[in-house]
Amino acid sequence: MASSSSYNSPCAACKFLRRKCMPGCIFAPYFPPEEPQKFANVHKIFGASNVTKLLNDIMPHQREDAVNSLAYEAEARVRDPVYGCVGAISFLQRQVDRLQKELDATNADLIRYACNEVPSGLPHLSSIQPITPPQNPTRRFGDIDGGGGGFYQSPPSFPYPYANYQWNPSNSGGNFGGGGGGGGGQGNI
Amino acid sequence: MTSTRCAVCKYFRRRCPPDCIFSPHFLNDNPQRFTCVHKIYGASNLGKLLQETPMQLRADTIESLYYEAKCRIQDPVYGCAGIIWSLHQQIQIAQSQLARARAEIAFLDANVVVAEPTPSPGEPVVQQNGVDYGLDDPYDFWFY
Repeated sequence: MASSSSYNSPCAACKFLRRKCMPGCIFAPYFPPEEPQKFANVHKIFGASNVTKLLNDIMPHQREDAVNSLAYEAEARVRDPVYGCVGAISFLQRQVDRLQKELDATNADLIRYACNEVPSGLPHLSSIQPITPPQNPTRRFGDIDGGGGGFYQSPPSFPYPYANYQWNPSNSGGNFGGGGGGGGGQGNI
Repeated sequence: MTSTRCAVCKYFRRRCPPDCIFSPHFLNDNPQRFTCVHKIYGASNLGKLLQETPMQLRADTIESLYYEAKCRIQDPVYGCAGIIWSLHQQIQIAQSQLARARAEIAFLDANVVVAEPTPSPGEPVVQQNGVDYGLDDPYDFWFY
């Protein structure tokens, strides 16, 4: 948290708004002068007065997280004016659903396997044969997990710009990864 | 003053012009929708965003803004960003569970103990290791 209400360096908000940065400026702890774009985005999407009202309604110890989440959403909206954060939510929700289906199928296979049945979803596992005559069992380990580390592959190509969103409330800033065109989809709350 | 003002013009108690930018998206029968968006973004910012958006995409834009505004009202600290963070956590948990389940399957598969026939008297007992999954099959190393 940077305090910029000093004699020499107005905070990014007061600099942007071209006003004197007074001691006790509500923006100063959260918009350091070194990050002008952060306030520019927040101001463009939410407006300074709305942000002031929001911050005044929040406990002081939560304001840093609130500002960072606002900055995160504002940047998402600047990058994708149509869908903003909702695009990312839709994309991530689909990933969760896909992974959950895979997990359910794999757990079912595991249970069947543990009960000494050959899972039907794993066609490449060898069949176990009694060793009366010496023989080498046939084993194929082509792509037991979906092929070449398929589980860890990036999700299928999807026109969302935020495939690598990483934001942790404990961080002081958001990190955006990925890029590209916007996509459709809205979540429900 | 027309009786078919949109929710925005009704909110501001002004005339709703025929080319009102808000009227297709904020109908009079759902004032709460605009109230929600206005609380977070403000009508002025909303108007600017809509003007910068192609007409055919404005409906989706309003829907997503409304969704984000609702999230922010419900969670003033984290808003939508909290949902994104939570989804990332869920993905990480699901991925690690999936990796663990697959590793267990691979482990079970590699360590299957095949039942051996009881050797009759006189037969050599050298076939105990006829199956050596660990050494014979080069593909095994792929997993370890």
